[in-house]
Amino acid sequence: MDRKFGRFLLIGLPYFWLLVLFLVPFGIVFKISLSDVAIAIPPYTPTFDLSAGWEGLKSLISGLDFENYIWLTEDDIYWKSYLSSLRIAGISTILTLLVGYPLAYSMAKAPSEWRPTLLMLIILPFWTSFLIRVYAWIGILKTEGLLNQLLMFVGVVDEPLQILNTDTAVYIGIVYSYLPFMVLPLYSALEKLDGSLLEAAQDLGCTSIEAFWKVTFPLSMPGVIAGSFLVFIPAIGEFVIPDLLGGSDTKMIGKTLWAEFFSNRDWPVASAVAVLLLLLLIIPIVLFQNQQERAQEAEK
Amino acid sequence: MKKLGNGLLTSVVALGMAFSTQASAEEVVNVFNWSDYIDEEILAEFEKETGIKVVYDVFDSNDVLETKLLAGSSGYDVVVPSGTFLSRQIQAGVFQKLDQTKLTNNANLWDVVTERVEKYDPGNAYSINYMWGTTGIGYNVDMIKERLGVERIDSWDVVFNPEKLAKLKDCGVYLLDASDEIIPAALNYLGKNPDSHDKADIKAAEDLLMTIRPYVQKFHSSENISALANGDICLSVGWSGDILQSRDRAAEADNGVTVEYAIPNEGALMWFDQMAIPADAGNVDNAHKFINYILRDDVMAKASNYVYYANGNLPSQKLLEEDVIGDPAIYPDSGTMQKLYTLTPYEPKIQRVVTRAWSKIKSGS
Repeated sequence: MDRKFGRFLLIGLPYFWLLVLFLVPFGIVFKISLSDVAIAIPPYTPTFDLSAGWEGLKSLISGLDFENYIWLTEDDIYWKSYLSSLRIAGISTILTLLVGYPLAYSMAKAPSEWRPTLLMLIILPFWTSFLIRVYAWIGILKTEGLLNQLLMFVGVVDEPLQILNTDTAVYIGIVYSYLPFMVLPLYSALEKLDGSLLEAAQDLGCTSIEAFWKVTFPLSMPGVIAGSFLVFIPAIGEFVIPDLLGGSDTKMIGKTLWAEFFSNRDWPVASAVAVLLLLLLIIPIVLFQNQQERAQEAEK
Repeated sequence: MKKLGNGLLTSVVALGMAFSTQASAEEVVNVFNWSDYIDEEILAEFEKETGIKVVYDVFDSNDVLETKLLAGSSGYDVVVPSGTFLSRQIQAGVFQKLDQTKLTNNANLWDVVTERVEKYDPGNAYSINYMWGTTGIGYNVDMIKERLGVERIDSWDVVFNPEKLAKLKDCGVYLLDASDEIIPAALNYLGKNPDSHDKADIKAAEDLLMTIRPYVQKFHSSENISALANGDICLSVGWSGDILQSRDRAAEADNGVTVEYAIPNEGALMWFDQMAIPADAGNVDNAHKFINYILRDDVMAKASNYVYYANGNLPSQKLLEEDVIGDPAIYPDSGTMQKLYTLTPYEPKIQRVVTRAWSKIKSGS
């Protein structure tokens, strides 16, 4: 009996967490997305009036409609910024993987007494505020900044490069900020790798490069997938990095949402964009997971 | 080390005081004002004089303030929105009427300002003017001379004529990220009513802005201060006091950068930042005391001398330093005053059109 209750608690807690901190807020956002803009506190109608009871709920529901979603289809800015977010997040994820993989690989291959220190170095940037680190990149990337001074000093370029306020700066910012999220799962996958498998591969005639692609890389796949998701998903909704490092033509859904919410004071449309964003993110993830599961079944 | 020890000691004492005063149900006033917009000595002196503790918090855009106010229960007692925003917020029921009997210093208000504020706050019933300013052009004198061959800028032509602005592309151009200020400036340049709420006019402004878009590096409302001062950019459409702060920073840094501010001949936007009390404020009495203190001529003069913005307090003008009251960029002469225009808030429908146009302009497509 006690054990059953304990198990219930153990499973129940995360679900309770999900309910309170995800489903309820989502419900509120969804409700606002069906409302209309108004000049009032809060800036939309209808609002939920508890004291009116059942009648209040009925009039609330009759006041809701999907007008805001129709508005979204009529204007291409939302699609454009969503696609542009996907592109920026996708390219950044690939770049982070390219930088993170060798890093994680060399960490996993390092003598075991070094590893805690190396791991520490990866985590160290988290001790400084994210915002300050992004601001620091402004100082590095601006026309009169450290990077340009270095490049001019070395003689690589004659004129300072315009990096700040472009998409390039956004890529640099995302790769830098999210690198630990890629390295850590990769490292944990690579560290577990059984060295004797590589020896076996070489005994069977593989060069070390072939052995890497045939043994190491496939076995590190879970790390690659986990790392890529950890980078890709937050990168899509990223607001701070494109706002500070990107130019005004850097379109990302986070910036569009901000403009809708703050500049336009249009909470209903902003909520509709947020709901759609969530759906558009969840669908590919669910599809991907289904496909993974099927692949695993097939292996069995 | 000694310094550190001292610092530690003071913070411990301060902490102790904070606790002891908290226990005696301390009088506070929660103020939400623009960043870099007051001489902090004013707050300390107010606390000393009245015993009311000022909890001071800052923002850098009207949008952020408005979102907090419209969400309700902001927790602030005194806030400082600009005119057009104030007007809409009054309509939304965000503010309470000021109790004029508690504002014994309100005779200090300058009629030139209060008359214009009528447009946003009829009868000046909900707010008092804190500061006002213009939206004009800040520029790097040497870089402009090098590229355009002029000593000083006196026309919007430099911004809205693509041929001229193209010459400044390499040295960097910023515009304010404020659709409700840049679109009117474009309309004014086109010879149309800057306060037009007509769709066709907004479209005309959008078309004009699209022609200069390729030469604009960034739309931002606060980064221009340091970017101009450091010589990272050579031109920015910005708020008078911000550009003047940038001018001072460059002069102090002695980095060879000279920044100037111009109110162009065609005229510019005159805006007002108004102090008001939210309807749900918890310390209404203290809020009135704070506002009444700000209305004092010596206090307002001190604030303006510090932030380089003009204020709406007539007797304070005698107490202003010469480089504030004598600077036509801060207190324009009467000829220029005639050319300044004011705006009214957009209705929600036209606001959507404006925001849409603005995001198109910003993204350049």
